Amino acid sequence: MSAVKLLLVCRHAPYGNSLARSTLDTALAAGAFDMAPTLLFMAEGVLQLLPEQDPTDVGTRNHRKVLDSLPLYDIDQLYVDGAALAEYGLTDMPLPEGAVVVDGDGMRKLLQAADHLLGF
Amino acid sequence: MKYALLVLAPPGSASYSALHFARAALERGHSIERVFFLDDGVNNGLDTTVPPQGERDIPALWGAFARETGVELVLCVSSAVRRGLLDATEAQRHEKPGPTVTEGFTIGGLGLLLEASVASDRVLTFGGQA
Repeated sequence: MSAVKLLLVCRHAPYGNSLARSTLDTALAAGAFDMAPTLLFMAEGVLQLLPEQDPTDVGTRNHRKVLDSLPLYDIDQLYVDGAALAEYGLTDMPLPEGAVVVDGDGMRKLLQAADHLLGF
Repeated sequence: MKYALLVLAPPGSASYSALHFARAALERGHSIERVFFLDDGVNNGLDTTVPPQGERDIPALWGAFARETGVELVLCVSSAVRRGLLDATEAQRHEKPGPTVTEGFTIGGLGLLLEASVASDRVLTFGGQA
């Protein structure tokens, strides 16, 4: 479509409401329109990255599996709020391939570099 | 300035703020490329909503806004159908009794949000922060 740099900010835990899923749907749609977005997982949003999610009992699709399919849509710019990881005790968690942990300064730079930002 | 609006909030103060913003922006000579409703935001287009006495009928207010200004109001199709928001086509496709979308809204894909985003100077999001 054009070379607009789109940043999606993912701030919600994966289950309980559908905002996390809506963010990923937007990311996939952007990928389909050749405007692969950058994703920033911050605050509760880092919980979306937890490996071995089993949502069978809540009757929804596995969020991490959707995340793992992002490279198929050329979405490979993933950034993760390091302070949030620490807050949830997840510093040693295996992140999706290529995901980069950033500090507050790194997040500010990402926000500044984006032409458009969709915050969920 | 050209704006696109993304409404994630269900009918209530945040979506009402979006409507106020849209009206105020137009009054000041700005333009609204499109208003896109996603996730719980699609409930702003639910025609079968009956607000309690003394409260605002937000879907009707959005509908009136679209009629008066011609600004396009689009409900995300996947968010909409799972919440029972159907236009005539979707109602028929899913064999449901009838359409439930307020006049003035249309149903469309997320591509319309991205298209509006590209075409605008600013995208403003209303709601979503729990």
